[in-house]
Amino acid sequence: MSDSAMDNRTATTRPGLGTMQARSGAALNEAKLAIRDLSFYYGANKALKNIHLDIPARQVTGMIGPSGCGKSTLLRVLNRMYSLYPGQRAEGEVLLDGENIIADTIDLNELRSKVGMVFQKPTPFPMTIYENIAFGVRLHEQLSKSAMDERVEWALTRAALWTEAKDRLNSSAMGMSGGQQQRLCIARTIAVRPEVILFDEPTSALDPISTLKIEELIDELKRDFTIAIVTHNMQQAARCADQVAFFYLGELIEVAPAGQLFTAPKHPKTQEYITGRFG
Amino acid sequence: MSVTSQPALAPVKDLGVAARLGRRRKRVDLIIRSLSLAATGIGLVLLASILITLFVKGFGAMNLSVFTEVTRPPGSDGGLLNAIIGSLIQVALATLVGTPIGMLVGTFLAEYSRGSRFGEVVRFVSDILLSAPSILIGLFVYQLLVLPFGGFSGWAGVAALAIIIIPIVVRTTEDMLSLVPNTLREAVIGLGAPKWKMIVLVSWRSAISGIITGVLLGIARIAGETAPLLFTSLGNNAFSTDLSAPMPSLPITIYSYAGSPFQDWIELAWAGALIITLAVLLLNIGARSLLRSGK
Amino acid sequence: MEQMAEHTVRSYAEELRRLREMIARMGGLAERQVADAVASLVRRDTDLATEVVGRDAAIDALEREVENFCIRILALRQPVGQDLRLVIACLKISHGLERIGDYARNAAKRSIVLAQQPAIGSLNGFNRMAVLVQENLKGAIDALVNDDAARADEVWAADEPVDQVYNGIFREMLTFMMEDPRNITSATHLLFIAKNLERIGDHATNIAETVHYAVSGENLPDDRPKGDGSAYAVIRPPV
Repeated sequence: MSDSAMDNRTATTRPGLGTMQARSGAALNEAKLAIRDLSFYYGANKALKNIHLDIPARQVTGMIGPSGCGKSTLLRVLNRMYSLYPGQRAEGEVLLDGENIIADTIDLNELRSKVGMVFQKPTPFPMTIYENIAFGVRLHEQLSKSAMDERVEWALTRAALWTEAKDRLNSSAMGMSGGQQQRLCIARTIAVRPEVILFDEPTSALDPISTLKIEELIDELKRDFTIAIVTHNMQQAARCADQVAFFYLGELIEVAPAGQLFTAPKHPKTQEYITGRFG
Repeated sequence: MSVTSQPALAPVKDLGVAARLGRRRKRVDLIIRSLSLAATGIGLVLLASILITLFVKGFGAMNLSVFTEVTRPPGSDGGLLNAIIGSLIQVALATLVGTPIGMLVGTFLAEYSRGSRFGEVVRFVSDILLSAPSILIGLFVYQLLVLPFGGFSGWAGVAALAIIIIPIVVRTTEDMLSLVPNTLREAVIGLGAPKWKMIVLVSWRSAISGIITGVLLGIARIAGETAPLLFTSLGNNAFSTDLSAPMPSLPITIYSYAGSPFQDWIELAWAGALIITLAVLLLNIGARSLLRSGK
Repeated sequence: MEQMAEHTVRSYAEELRRLREMIARMGGLAERQVADAVASLVRRDTDLATEVVGRDAAIDALEREVENFCIRILALRQPVGQDLRLVIACLKISHGLERIGDYARNAAKRSIVLAQQPAIGSLNGFNRMAVLVQENLKGAIDALVNDDAARADEVWAADEPVDQVYNGIFREMLTFMMEDPRNITSATHLLFIAKNLERIGDHATNIAETVHYAVSGENLPDDRPKGDGSAYAVIRPPV
């Protein structure tokens, strides 16, 4: 090693750090959801301020930021969940394949069949495992018994739950473990065959192994679905997301491919947040 | 290596002061605990004396003819059959009428009228009704159903009992539905379900054991009501299933027999009181076990 | 670069500070090795040269220490953003400094041999190269310690003079060897020493590049100013 001639290569090759900036296949797809100048109000309180954001098709968009930054609020705009509550309203445009879903004329039930949601805590319905999944399907489709059986199996398989659940389809879903319940909720959501799936901190109530299973699942699901995930766990956003958006005080501070945002964020606020120099 | 300013060490504890404060805490604790125990003791003694008296006298008067014979004049070996059947009919009908109404109102309060003015008013009225003296309800039904239709009737009794059970069911339904987590509702809505489906298939299903408990407690409550029946179904010494005529019931029979000068009537009153108490006790136990299994 | 707030976790900030200090220490050691190696050559000081050779182990040990420390931080703190860039940069820089140490040791070894040979020519070029290379090395390390991307850019652009001096020495040594074959041993050793110094200069530039990325998050352009034409001094390779 001490012979200088042996070592010419190391010094002349360029530092490889730059390759960290790009996650493999970092190019983002065309937008499935285009958020344009979106503002959101809880009564008089403006919770989202003129958000512009593209959510690319069949990729994962992670949303991070401190509590109360508006990331969950944004998620609840995307399937109009806020319409359940009086006094909450949105302004601006959210275009799902070009159609503004904020408009009053939109059929909410149809929208929600296209934009599914998985929640922070597992929310199994007080029914059997089979019924939990069939429930959502029956809202939108009329299937024969055998077609329904097939759909249930398909959804459970996609949610990586089939092998665990196939022998207990007719027992109550309430008896499953937390991680299984959450995967059941994912199965229930995809059984309706949505185009977009929203995850609202889907693993914050789960143990690390269940968390990894869900993350693996998300990675698997993005082949067919457009995914948006809100998470408090930055490592999770780094692991799952193709694109990451950082929110602060109702504003979208920065959005970038995950590889870039976690290695070289542009905005100082993002920098402070992800490196733990916040507040 | 430069060391940044460290926070000062935690202050040292004065062990003497800590011990003194600890002794004081223990003294206060002892006083409060003795007072609580004494109060509990008084309550228990009263309750036990009531129950013991009731059980001794009630079982003493109990025999098969209580359940097989109708009420008869004093000295002629009567029973309570007509009163028991009358009570059962009125309570059952009142429950059948009151439960759906109560459940729907409770559902309206919990699912539809959240935060609205109207909902507040309804809830307030229902709560007042819940705590209204039952004799008032009897008088109300007397004015509404007895006077205009020219006489006491089983129907009027049913109506009065139903009015009493409705606010109970309203309250438990609303309470139980508000225990259903919002995320569960959102999960149903998130699948694209219309609201009524969400309520019927998920909210009610989650809350059903609680609601049934409420209904059972409501039944227990109206089974023992005397005052509203005094002005409505009045009582009847003959066996009667005709709801348009005055109808016998256990509480009323107990009321009139217990105040009579006849020894056998008084004994029958004790037996009736025991029957009601056992029925109510059974309902309560059933409600509790149901609530526990629902959790 | 904006002044960043302190880390919420103070022990983490302390670790990052310690990492910078380790690199600064290693850089100082490497600078001194380069200076002493050239001094031992110019002054024909075999003792100093032996000392330089012996001290290299300390740099190697420091490299291992930095490496372990970086791995530890990566595993336990999962750094992101500028912290991640800093840790990775330190990992690379420590490797570069270790190479620089090796070059210095090699130069010192050769100067021991040279001290036994008759002196040829003037060694001013070596002094000059040593000064330039040391400046660059110091600049690159300072840039890292002070989060100063501009300073790193200066170093990155300042490698050309080193290359020019090297070209001069290269031609000079060729001349000596052509003049008298008895010079070949010394001239070859001197040529290798010059090459070592030139490589040290390249490593300093690389360190500057790494520092630039660590501080700013952006890469420098691919082609940097270069003045090393020695490859074409005798024969032009076919295009």
